[in-house]
Amino acid sequence: MPLIYGMTVLLVYQLVGEVGVRALGLAVPGPVAGMLLLLLTLAARRGVPDGLDRIAHGLLGHLSLLFVPAGVGLMVYFERIGAEWLPILLTLVLSTLLTMAVTALVMLGVVRLVRAHGDNDG
Amino acid sequence: MADAHLETLWVYLAASPLLGLTATLLAYSLAYRLFERAGSHPLLHPVVTAVAMLIGFLLLADIDYRSYFDGAQFVHFLLGPATVALAVPLYQQLPKLRRLWAPVLVATLAGVAVGAASSVGFAVLFGADLQTQLSLAPKSVTAPVAMGISEQIGGLPSLTAVLVVVTGILGAVLGSHLFRLLRIRDDSVKGIAMGITAHGIGTARAFQLSREMGAFSGLAMALSALTGALLVPLLLGWLGMI
Repeated sequence: MPLIYGMTVLLVYQLVGEVGVRALGLAVPGPVAGMLLLLLTLAARRGVPDGLDRIAHGLLGHLSLLFVPAGVGLMVYFERIGAEWLPILLTLVLSTLLTMAVTALVMLGVVRLVRAHGDNDG
Repeated sequence: MADAHLETLWVYLAASPLLGLTATLLAYSLAYRLFERAGSHPLLHPVVTAVAMLIGFLLLADIDYRSYFDGAQFVHFLLGPATVALAVPLYQQLPKLRRLWAPVLVATLAGVAVGAASSVGFAVLFGADLQTQLSLAPKSVTAPVAMGISEQIGGLPSLTAVLVVVTGILGAVLGSHLFRLLRIRDDSVKGIAMGITAHGIGTARAFQLSREMGAFSGLAMALSALTGALLVPLLLGWLGMI
């Protein structure tokens, strides 16, 4: 029963998120709005119910599985990818490395800034 | 007679959602076992091997993607609840986030902007088609959201889904090496960089390395979905692409 309860909570929040963004005409995806609402709820009630904790870790522990159906979609684009595989691959590799490095270095930089600022204050 | 019978059976199976769903779970279980045997080597990431096995099977059995997806959509559907479920590790890491909200926010904005701008920039530089360029722009955002962005800016949503998966795998494979090269040891920094760049696949990898890295990666993935949905169309408009 706890697992069913947990799954129901997730689906209800997704549903509220989907309906909410459509009703308000927001550019945010429904599940993301649902996640924010659930986060606010958890913060308000100060704790995660057991069933929700279990289903969340179950789903997130095998998140990779959920990408498989979309990944198989590769076969639909064999032609386009065959013609453009080199630019696509170079773009993906270089942009992935650049994005990861910039994100990490910017975060490190701001952490240091904040820490230095905090030290000055103290 | 027996042949005719087998053929009816095959026609039923090929058209039934049962086959696509079962094949997806079987391929993933096999791929996961292989991955564990190989000491979790990222190149044998279960998404890669499962996708390769399934494409091979579908081509051999002459089943088209749409019939396969009729079954596989039940797995695909769970991406929505899984996105909502990110609230749980996020909530559990809130005390840490409270201390780090400024660095996380600035890094997210920088990462999302660089991710979109650099993928379009490199795609133009290397001579990819306009529609490919646009499909590449949201590649670091989690799949369901990236597909929405792609549609909005005039890319091909299902090509974007594939590019998102490949980006996630590249991030999961290259991440640890890059962090070692840049001498980054802090799990919160690694997690944020992983989640911004490689969304759910990176987050799955991060959870294998440490729970803290996983939680921050999940947080970053959620933040990038949120900011990406707003920022990527704006940025492309500003670059004059759409």
